[in-house]
Amino acid sequence: MFAYLVRRLFLMLVTLFGISVVIFVLLRIVPGNIVDILFAAAGYVDPADKANLEKELGIDQPLIVQYWHWISGFLRGDFGYSYVSEKPALQEILPRIPITAKLAGLALLFSASIGIPLGVISAVKQGTRLDYALRVVSLSGLSLPSFWLGLLILTAAVAMFGQIPIFNPNPKTWLEAFATYAVPAAAVGFRSAALTMRITRSSMLEVLRQDYIRTARAKGASETAVNYQHALKNAILPVITVIGIEAAFLIGGLIVTETVFNIPGVARFLVEAIRWRDYPIVQNLVMLIAVVVVVANFTVDMLYAVFDPRIRYTD
Amino acid sequence: MRSVWALAAMAALSVLTTSTTTLAGEPKQGGVLRMYHRDSPANASILEGATYSVNVPFMGVFNNLVIYDQHIAQNSPDTLRPELAESWSWSSDNKKLTFKLRQGVKWHDGKPFTSADVKCSFDLLMGKSQQKLRQNPRKAWYSEVNEITTSGDFEVSFNLKRPQPSLLAMLASGYTPVYPCHVSPADMRTHPIGTGPFKFVEFKANESIKLTRNPDYWKKGLPHLDGIEYTIIPNRSTAILAFVAGKFDMTFPTHITIPLLKDIKSQAPNATCVVEPTNVSTNIIVNSTSAPFDNIDIRRAVALALDRKAFIDILFEGQADIGGTMLPPPQGIWGMPKDKLATIPGYGPDVKANREEAKKLMQKAGYGPDKHLAVKVSTRNLAEYRDPAVILIDQLKSIYIDGELDVVETANWFPKVARKDYMLGLNLTGNSVDDPDQSFYENYSCGSERNYTNYCNKEIEKLFDEQSQEIDIAKRKPLVWEIDKKLQEDVARPIIFHARAGTCWQPYVKGVTIMSNSSYNGFRYEDLWLDK
Repeated sequence: MFAYLVRRLFLMLVTLFGISVVIFVLLRIVPGNIVDILFAAAGYVDPADKANLEKELGIDQPLIVQYWHWISGFLRGDFGYSYVSEKPALQEILPRIPITAKLAGLALLFSASIGIPLGVISAVKQGTRLDYALRVVSLSGLSLPSFWLGLLILTAAVAMFGQIPIFNPNPKTWLEAFATYAVPAAAVGFRSAALTMRITRSSMLEVLRQDYIRTARAKGASETAVNYQHALKNAILPVITVIGIEAAFLIGGLIVTETVFNIPGVARFLVEAIRWRDYPIVQNLVMLIAVVVVVANFTVDMLYAVFDPRIRYTD
Repeated sequence: MRSVWALAAMAALSVLTTSTTTLAGEPKQGGVLRMYHRDSPANASILEGATYSVNVPFMGVFNNLVIYDQHIAQNSPDTLRPELAESWSWSSDNKKLTFKLRQGVKWHDGKPFTSADVKCSFDLLMGKSQQKLRQNPRKAWYSEVNEITTSGDFEVSFNLKRPQPSLLAMLASGYTPVYPCHVSPADMRTHPIGTGPFKFVEFKANESIKLTRNPDYWKKGLPHLDGIEYTIIPNRSTAILAFVAGKFDMTFPTHITIPLLKDIKSQAPNATCVVEPTNVSTNIIVNSTSAPFDNIDIRRAVALALDRKAFIDILFEGQADIGGTMLPPPQGIWGMPKDKLATIPGYGPDVKANREEAKKLMQKAGYGPDKHLAVKVSTRNLAEYRDPAVILIDQLKSIYIDGELDVVETANWFPKVARKDYMLGLNLTGNSVDDPDQSFYENYSCGSERNYTNYCNKEIEKLFDEQSQEIDIAKRKPLVWEIDKKLQEDVARPIIFHARAGTCWQPYVKGVTIMSNSSYNGFRYEDLWLDK
């Protein structure tokens, strides 16, 4: 087990190093830098001003020097300064992380709490009207883009209640604070819930046909006990895998949801930073996300052993 | 006798009604104006900005030497008002402009405002100071200023190389606030200090901008508002829905397209909405340095093929303007009259006849029904650029030109244009002041950084200088019209249309004036108030 852990940790480090190189190179391959954008927006260019600004920001230096400057700073916790706001990058990134984390957490919670039970019901009631109805719901969840669903929710809220559930930085009540996150979380989590539901259903259908389920029924176990204690426990592994992957993919959905609901989280901030080619923000933020994803995957792998006693990590 | 009493009663009632109206119209103190902002500006420094995304939120932090009257929609030489200057005067040879400055004005950090601050600001703009702006997009505005001199703490003079009456117009622009000497340009980008009605509180990129009332403002009793809060909402649909839901008191100025305006009027019927020209022209830039557009006949054919009314009908439901370089009247001060405009090739009402003439020019250049000219129409990847570019491609088909849309990201647009890596481009040109000097020198002068097509005509250059020195507006206007006509005939940068856009506000927002010939100069908001 210990050797396995060391091997996994080493692989994590190699992966993160690879990601850091890819982020750095990709950002430089994309045409234009912050200086180009600033001058493009102004509609003119003064070569002397441009050179001064490039020197000031350090983007005139050789790429290897720029990479070393960044990665050594990242390891020391020195994220540099945002090119746009001229504030410390960490100061820009940190306050936005809890906002996105809350949103992502709620979206995952929504996904699991809606997707798993409905998936179980759909499997148990296979071939019934309820099953068909739930499958239509799950298909619509997979088909509706989250930005469209978000706009639909906003339009409906304005038309029906005269209120718009966009981000409120100063909620007065606990309920207001919850609503600030719950509505966009539902918009972004709907797709994940649909996916979770479909995986749960197919996994449950497979497990429900196993001999030990028949044995459990023969022993007189109740349907609830059969479905949730015997079947779901064994069907949950692929669902956990999917939720782990969804956690990583969620950032893509959050970008549009944060834009539509005007939430000042890291996902929207990242897109803006890419638009401005704000290297210190993009590099450090993507690297942080990479760390989270790699650690989340590692955690999911470890959770397999917790949920399935048959799985043991050997040396 | 009875009728006399009745008349007297009616008169009394009328007086009563009038006085009630007056009372209801008295500005109320307090309240925070909530607006959405269309995007996150790069920084808070107006002098370094080149978009009204900076002017709108930060103009209230500052004052200018002079300013356009904030209650008159049309900016003109007649609506210039003193601000930090109490008065101004020209020398007899019109080469020295002297301002008497207001005394007792304080910066937001408590330091006194003096003539040294004015000198610092303009030395910075002219690139003469030790400190430098990171970007200086309007340096060319001051090319005729030799030096700034001060006389005591409250008098400052602009010494010019030659008379330039337009200097006052440029000093009145929202782009020309006076900066404090004691604050560095870097600090002005992150925490601006001004003398204006509102103090800067915070700017959270992609989130919000907050201003608060300056209690020590030199105009006693102003501003009426306790503050202004801008929530940055780049998604237009969300922003408009939020306005309809009453979350905002006002939309971002001139941000509403004509089709969207109809939505707002139907969903928020009580909102007040106005549509005004933005003084932003949509035009064609032609790379005349290489084939096939080095051929003047093909350039003229392109200009003749334009059906300007079709552009306006499709994009603006008829609510935009046809004109030359200068914004057309009645909102524009310097635009050509309609009868003169109609004499320019391509501006006549008979589009079919124009296109027949264009076809002949194309055939003369070797193209025809069997041999079409294939061109890439480059433009920025923004809706206001892409949409007219698509219409342009459609119209060019009628004269044997097959256009292909080449969408370019903003970061690459200007470098691409500067290195002449395009054939035909669709471009937008914004004018911050309705003034010929700003427009002509910036966009058409030989060697100007914003003269993307490198159009250079020494004869016209002389006319630029001639009009620029003319003090008498009545004499200057015909000169300007003549230049504008020549620019269109030379196909320097064919103007397709001048855009209009809408602004809406809730009925309780009072004192709003949307400028009708500039999108950059009307955001001081010192006497805007909320009738709540």
